[in-house]
Amino acid sequence: MNTAATDTEDVQKEESMILQKAMISANYDALSTAHEEGKKISSTFVPGNLNELLMCFDFVRNLPEINALQAGMRKKSGGYIMEAERSGHSEDVCTYVKSDLGMMSKGQVGPNGKPLPTPDLLLLSYTGCFTFMKWFELVRDQYDCETAMLHVPYQADGKITENMRHFVVTQLKEHVIPTLERVSGIKFDIDRLREYLRESAKAEDDLVWVLQSAKNRPSPIDAYFGGVYYCGPIFTAFRGTRETTDYYKSLRVEVEDRLAKGLGPVTPEGTLDEERIRLVVEGPPNWTHFRDFWKMFYDEGVVVVASSYTKVGGVYDFGFRHDPDNPLETLADYCLGCYTNHSLPSRVDMLCNYMDEYQADGFLVNSIKSCNSFSAGQLLMLREIEERTGKPAGFIETDLVDPRYFSSANVKNRLESYFQMIEQKKARGQDRTAA
Amino acid sequence: MALEEIVEHCQNLYDDLDFSSVNRWKNAVSGRKVVGHMPVYVPRELIHAAGMLPVGILGGGDQLDVIHGDAYYQSYICRIPRSTIELAVTGRLDVLDGMLFPSTCDVIRNLSGMWQLKFQDKFVRYVDVPQDFDLDVGGAFYTRELQQLRDDLAELSGNEITDEALNASIALYNENRRAISELYAYRSAQPWQVPTPEVYLLMRAGMLLPVDEHTSLIHDYIAAAQAVKRPVRDNCRVVVNGLFCEQPPLGLLKSIEMAGCYIVDDDFMLVARWLLKDVPTTGDPLRNLSHAFINYSVETSCKYVPTREAKGKFLIDSVRKTHAEGVIFSSPSFCDPALLDRPMLQKALTTQGIPYTAFKFAENSGQMQPIREQAGTFADSIKLWSAA
Repeated sequence: MNTAATDTEDVQKEESMILQKAMISANYDALSTAHEEGKKISSTFVPGNLNELLMCFDFVRNLPEINALQAGMRKKSGGYIMEAERSGHSEDVCTYVKSDLGMMSKGQVGPNGKPLPTPDLLLLSYTGCFTFMKWFELVRDQYDCETAMLHVPYQADGKITENMRHFVVTQLKEHVIPTLERVSGIKFDIDRLREYLRESAKAEDDLVWVLQSAKNRPSPIDAYFGGVYYCGPIFTAFRGTRETTDYYKSLRVEVEDRLAKGLGPVTPEGTLDEERIRLVVEGPPNWTHFRDFWKMFYDEGVVVVASSYTKVGGVYDFGFRHDPDNPLETLADYCLGCYTNHSLPSRVDMLCNYMDEYQADGFLVNSIKSCNSFSAGQLLMLREIEERTGKPAGFIETDLVDPRYFSSANVKNRLESYFQMIEQKKARGQDRTAA
Repeated sequence: MALEEIVEHCQNLYDDLDFSSVNRWKNAVSGRKVVGHMPVYVPRELIHAAGMLPVGILGGGDQLDVIHGDAYYQSYICRIPRSTIELAVTGRLDVLDGMLFPSTCDVIRNLSGMWQLKFQDKFVRYVDVPQDFDLDVGGAFYTRELQQLRDDLAELSGNEITDEALNASIALYNENRRAISELYAYRSAQPWQVPTPEVYLLMRAGMLLPVDEHTSLIHDYIAAAQAVKRPVRDNCRVVVNGLFCEQPPLGLLKSIEMAGCYIVDDDFMLVARWLLKDVPTTGDPLRNLSHAFINYSVETSCKYVPTREAKGKFLIDSVRKTHAEGVIFSSPSFCDPALLDRPMLQKALTTQGIPYTAFKFAENSGQMQPIREQAGTFADSIKLWSAA
């Protein structure tokens, strides 16, 4: 199936992945040395992150979800979670939270092997996930540091109202920015913010181009397993920087080249030769067995052509771009527009649009035990999407970073059956067309 | 009414999963409408001022056989949304003309979207409340949200909601809150006279009855309870916490009391106790409701606590005010707000030397023996410490 199928130790990576790895490592190093260098640290969440704003105050940015994700990929999250459960946290709640708290209890060592310093500020952007609010209350309880709360109202009726936008902007003006000024000791410069937002918009254009390249046959990218890499810089500590603009430029060139050559996505075992099935996937991936999970797809020639998870840190493919001419309003619209801040009907519409635009053969839900924001309602979404598109839908259950909830054999069995079902349905469709 | 009659009346309302009393109210006058709401808090005054009946939808409890509801949810999601869906798909909620989903957690939030998808002919609104408690910021946002809700409810009902009507509704709900405060104060003073299962049933009745009728019922209950003398038991005094959304089976409350604990404060049916003081009945009613929310509403797991120092203070104050000797955390399985909050609340109690115990339940939990044993052991340990 793969042209460069090699030993799994010899993992194939795109240039952009190597570049991104260097950016992430540099950020962890910057976090490790921030206090020695007199810099302040802000922790904040991925959805609704205000990276451009934090950069105006020279904060080094720490993202607890990314730390948990990294711990998951490095097989450390299981121990962290059990540590948190031993100290009284329920087995029922989000494992990102418990991985983060467990990491703190076990010496707060970051993925670079160096201690992560205590943040100076928790910027709690409460966007699309109730757990965020409790998570930072819990972290605040440990660190005893200042917290700036930004309440982002939920788009329950599928639209951003003037009241919602005004509320977010007023909080930024009245509470968030003054707190950032106080903690950092740096005065807010709106022109600096505009500059960062200008850079963000450039990178967003290229990201959207890359994600939409999956409309081609074969798709030159995998928009879920590969997609999480592509979204990494723009969803985290890098949006608004020149290096991110450059990263997305180089990623686009890379994908343009693959597209011109008619190549499929790069997998850890090389380029996928034959695209047999095209899927749209809803829900986050599992991180503890990321590569095994991905292999279950590419071994069967399955390519994910669109996913909702790559919209969790911002929905850009329906036209939104950060707008330097309206800096605070655009931050509000960005926060309000993140995927899990959309109502279920909006999410269904979005996914049906993907099924159509990306010519998908099926729709798969990876339901995550930890994440009710995504998961509650997914079974109804699945039925709606199946009914509206007439394409077969599949359902698997895993978790973000709790290895106890990833049952390889179960997931593989379910996926294989699902892929067979799609192929049979496709074959029947082709027979009918031929007849 | 005699005490037994009042309790029996409330028990009948509680047992009736077909909402017969609501149907009777609706059918009594042509054109009447009913709006349901999930826990924890919605401004019921607005529904009332539109001439409609607010009805608390609190899941199916332990008597409903959930057949369809489970097909909508994964095993790791709490019980209340699945039994609520069950009530709806089996036609029991057909009496409702609309449904409000308050800002409680991601599950209830997403349930609002499920309702939009599944029941497209029904009025559905998500009621977002501010987590920013600055009057000029969160308060202003909430006032404008209330205005939108007022407009929407007026359209649904066909009745304009005037300031006068809304102030009159606020006055009725103030009376109701005062009556409930009186009931709670009475229970705290003499818990043997006011068993919590009875308080619970009375509060549940308030989720179905018109507000003035419920207020009268509470007054009648207090008068009837005062007229009888019930035996004083050697129970300890506890506050129960975590019951704000998914409802405990009645057997759970009975088990806690049978195990030797008088419940002297709780957090169920918070919608009826959310505002801690009277809301002014003159001036701009929306602004008054909004200010009441910002300035004097309860603390619960669904709300952000702006400072580390304030975390748990509300619970500690409740313990002190009611002279409770301990706290029982009774949280629904898979309830994110309650379970994420619990370690912080426990820590706050520890700093004050207040003992606690914790367990989980589901609305359909049938086996109460483990809970009775745990509550009993907790009661014994409190008594032993007190003796020491």
